Amino acid sequence: METLIILLVGVLISMGTYLILSRRLLRVVLGASLISHAVNLLLLTSGGLKTGAAPLLSEKTKQFTDAIPQALILTAIVINFAVTALVLVLGYRAYQSFGSDDMEQLRGNEYE
Amino acid sequence: MNNLLIAPVVVPLLAGMALIIFQKNIYMQRTLSLFALVITTVVAIMLINLVSSGGIQVLQLGGWEAPFGISFVADMFSALLLLATSVVAIGCLLYAFSSTERRQEKLYFYPLFLFLIAGVNGSFLTGDLFNLYVFFELFLVASYVMITLGGSQKQLRESLKYIFTNIISSAFFLIGVAYLYSITGTLNLAHLSLRIAEVGQDGLITTVALLFLIVFALKAGLLLFFWLPGSYSVPPTAVSAIFAALLTKVGIYAIFRMFTLIFYHEPQITHLIIGILAAVTMILGAIGAIGYWDLRNILTYNVVISVGFIMVGFVAFTTNGTIGSIYYLLHDMVIKALVFLIGGTIIHLTGTSRLKEIGGLIRLKPMLGWMFLIAALSMVGIPPLSGFLGKVFITRAAFESGYFWLGAIGLVASLGILYSMIKLFMNAFWGDKMLNEDELKGNAKGLVFPIVFLTCVSLALGVGAEGIADHVAQAANELLNPSLYINAVFK
Repeated sequence: METLIILLVGVLISMGTYLILSRRLLRVVLGASLISHAVNLLLLTSGGLKTGAAPLLSEKTKQFTDAIPQALILTAIVINFAVTALVLVLGYRAYQSFGSDDMEQLRGNEYE
Repeated sequence: MNNLLIAPVVVPLLAGMALIIFQKNIYMQRTLSLFALVITTVVAIMLINLVSSGGIQVLQLGGWEAPFGISFVADMFSALLLLATSVVAIGCLLYAFSSTERRQEKLYFYPLFLFLIAGVNGSFLTGDLFNLYVFFELFLVASYVMITLGGSQKQLRESLKYIFTNIISSAFFLIGVAYLYSITGTLNLAHLSLRIAEVGQDGLITTVALLFLIVFALKAGLLLFFWLPGSYSVPPTAVSAIFAALLTKVGIYAIFRMFTLIFYHEPQITHLIIGILAAVTMILGAIGAIGYWDLRNILTYNVVISVGFIMVGFVAFTTNGTIGSIYYLLHDMVIKALVFLIGGTIIHLTGTSRLKEIGGLIRLKPMLGWMFLIAALSMVGIPPLSGFLGKVFITRAAFESGYFWLGAIGLVASLGILYSMIKLFMNAFWGDKMLNEDELKGNAKGLVFPIVFLTCVSLALGVGAEGIADHVAQAANELLNPSLYINAVFK
């Protein structure tokens, strides 16, 4: 199961990388958020999958799921959500200001 | 247990939240934010006293004992950095009072500023790896917004690059956290250090260490500084000064913490790689600083050089080297804020950042000119100014531990700093007068006071270096003996 998820993470990260390397701003945003999701999945896998019952019900429980990765993901998802929202707004603002969402034109080498 | 430890995070955070409500009341925004920063300064001084008398201070948040809860740890290194952060932040805030436009002040400038400080302080204090990630995100999100304040085309463009770079590096950070957690089963820094010392740092852990190195090198601008010159030169002066003074330093702090506390078993791999990165950083930074004729570019490339130079002392991995790095780090935080403020004032006065269009400013603003000269000389490391001591210690340590090439490159880079700063001074302040008094684009009223303040701090740091020598030695000792940190957390 873990191997399968790790492969999925690899696929997601390569898709995200492909999207980030494209020229449209929106695709770059989507790529970045895809990579973040892949990382969250990796975090989940790091605690081990399918090891048993709910955590911390009683002290006698022999098998329980590690709760820490889930707590970490929850935080990471919230942060990622906020940053993505910010980038979308900023991207829209840049699109309005430049009249283009082509990353080639946003490079800004004319000042150098 | 000491609840004082949480204050440097909570005070700016709460003040920032309160200020969101009082958005229109600028007078209140100014006083409350200044008040919050003064409190953090006082707390930082109290922490320094506590740590110097009672050793490393620890706070277990929520009463959860060490490996289970989040620990806040203040050793001398963190406490000194906290104090430097607060002082620099006060300087930049005072500058922001008279330089920021009314409209921007109403657009949540002060809350964002305080959130940034809260994030930076939290990164210095936390003893938990994931918590470090959260504080990184806190100041990064604040910086994303601050970089766009004003909303000009240039700012929007550079901020997009800055944000995407940091999103990727945050993803790398989380990947590192996931790997480290699945290998060791803990995220508490002290516990991580214990467990890795038990099982030994094998190839897998070293690989994870290098992953963390990439993340923090991106934040610190160690070799991976491609985003830095663009994004540090577009925001308003007060903002770019606080960025230059604090944000790269948090990355440096994280490298110090991770590679002295946790990944210190394989210095022939990790530290050598950091050394190579530092050397290349210094060379490229020096080329940039020498080559450009634009005020902002020269200053940002000087930030890059100093990052490389601080890492030299770390690579030597001796007491002398660490002492030198800490001295230079403290000096650099103050001096980078200072030169960015002066640079911003010059641009504000003349309306241009091209050196060839500025000249003879010393006849109009003599005080500004001489303060810039002091700042420039102390960046180069002329005794008795503040850069001198750090430079001596770092260079000596590099030669003592056999890194001759690194020490030599450090000295050559210092020449680069000297050349670029004197070029700036001679072209901007000496030479033919390009502008008359009435042709100046703005006036410097109110802008000079924070510059004087930071100059005095920098002078005090240079002349009074003896006064903090004990503290710096203690900080270096604590960094080089991880057992002190571990024992404090698990007592």
